[in-house]
Amino acid sequence: MTEPIKLQPPLTDEVVEKLKTGDRVEITGVIYTARDMAHKKMVDGHQKGEPLPFDPEGQIIYYTGPTPAAPGRVIGAAGPTTSYRMDRYTPCLLELGIKGMIGKGPRGPEVKEAIKMHKSVYFAAIGGAGALISKTIKKAEVIAYPDLGAEAVMRLEVENFPAIVVNDIHGGDLYVAGRAEYGAEEASEDSC
Amino acid sequence: MREIHVDEIRDNVAQICIDAAYSLSEDVLAAFDRAIEEETSPSAKEILELLKENARVARVEHIPICQDTGIGVFFVEVGQDLRIKNGFLSDAINDGVRKGYRDGHLRKSVVDPLTRRNTGDNTPAIIYTEVVPGDKLRISFMPKGAGSENMSAIRMLRPTEGIEGIKAFVLDCVRRAGANPCPPVVVGVGIGGDFEKSALLAKKALLRNVGSPHPKLELASLEMDLLKAVNKTGIGPEGLGGKMTAMAVHVESFPCHIASLPVAVNINCHAARHKTIVL
Repeated sequence: MTEPIKLQPPLTDEVVEKLKTGDRVEITGVIYTARDMAHKKMVDGHQKGEPLPFDPEGQIIYYTGPTPAAPGRVIGAAGPTTSYRMDRYTPCLLELGIKGMIGKGPRGPEVKEAIKMHKSVYFAAIGGAGALISKTIKKAEVIAYPDLGAEAVMRLEVENFPAIVVNDIHGGDLYVAGRAEYGAEEASEDSC
Repeated sequence: MREIHVDEIRDNVAQICIDAAYSLSEDVLAAFDRAIEEETSPSAKEILELLKENARVARVEHIPICQDTGIGVFFVEVGQDLRIKNGFLSDAINDGVRKGYRDGHLRKSVVDPLTRRNTGDNTPAIIYTEVVPGDKLRISFMPKGAGSENMSAIRMLRPTEGIEGIKAFVLDCVRRAGANPCPPVVVGVGIGGDFEKSALLAKKALLRNVGSPHPKLELASLEMDLLKAVNKTGIGPEGLGGKMTAMAVHVESFPCHIASLPVAVNINCHAARHKTIVL
């Protein structure tokens, strides 16, 4: 197994161009959480001329809604949620400068096209490993939509957050490749 | 007549909510070990080891196994010779959920379906109650995450489609779900009854200990066939390719109308949390 590629946001075109489907990465620095309702609010807000709650240039969004931090802890369990639910908002956010997304599960064709067009990258984290992943989060702070509770936008400081490149700018897709390699049947990209 | 106080029910429910979120039961851990043994892809094996490590860290360091601590699903069997004192059963269960999710620092994931306003305490739980012989109260709890729940499906097959039709539908569901429900999954299949009965059977099938075969031989054999087929899809752990797409397929059945063959599929993620207590 090759050593993971170290990444530090904000990501640049040069860094993203080098990433390939199947690459393991470790992210250190600041990432932002957002899931269903936060995506809707950010994109609806943008259409009304409001700025995003953080400067999107080169940043990574992590699709997660953590459990509350127990006393003395930074955060609770914080694994990825299923990404396709964010698909309808993703092209707009990539256009605004977001470079990376972390989640789980396949993306739709529009998102894959937008990833190529805007030179961005989609990573998978290990779904259901929320306890393990939480240990890479060193600081967490709600920066927008506190009324959304677990769905609020948080600024996270992470150290060696592990993820794997699913969709790169060359059109690669690890879910399709993985299934084709091990499946007896033809790979299917559909999702319910 | 035996009596039980609602406070006893509340406190026990709170405790199983917390236990389920922090500590995977032995049957699931054993299923992880079997999966690691059977997996052929080296990187998939590595993922399965990480899931085992995640469960260990959750238990030892007291961090929930997964951030999706679910909506509470309860199957309750009330002995007809038991009297519940000082309140209502469903209130006692919801009070227990409220207490468990607050004291256990679990995520409150329940909202009004239209306004999307969070109820703030993870209530109301989804409660199915059955009156049975005896004077005991048996409470089975499953915190059901949405990643897997959203992959559920139901179909009213034609009776002539038979077992082949059932198999094709189950496989189609698993294939379409792909990476989304956090494989290796447990596939619950409900066959027969009517529309909602099949769905309920599929959900109830997920409460069985992972990999325990159905006591009826023909259903156990269908479970084996389905598991083999599911584990040839190549979806694999986390959907990144491999053999172990499912740890188990559990089937439950019920007689149905001559013109019907309802089939429902309800999937559970690898964090197949479930707890049962008898009071």
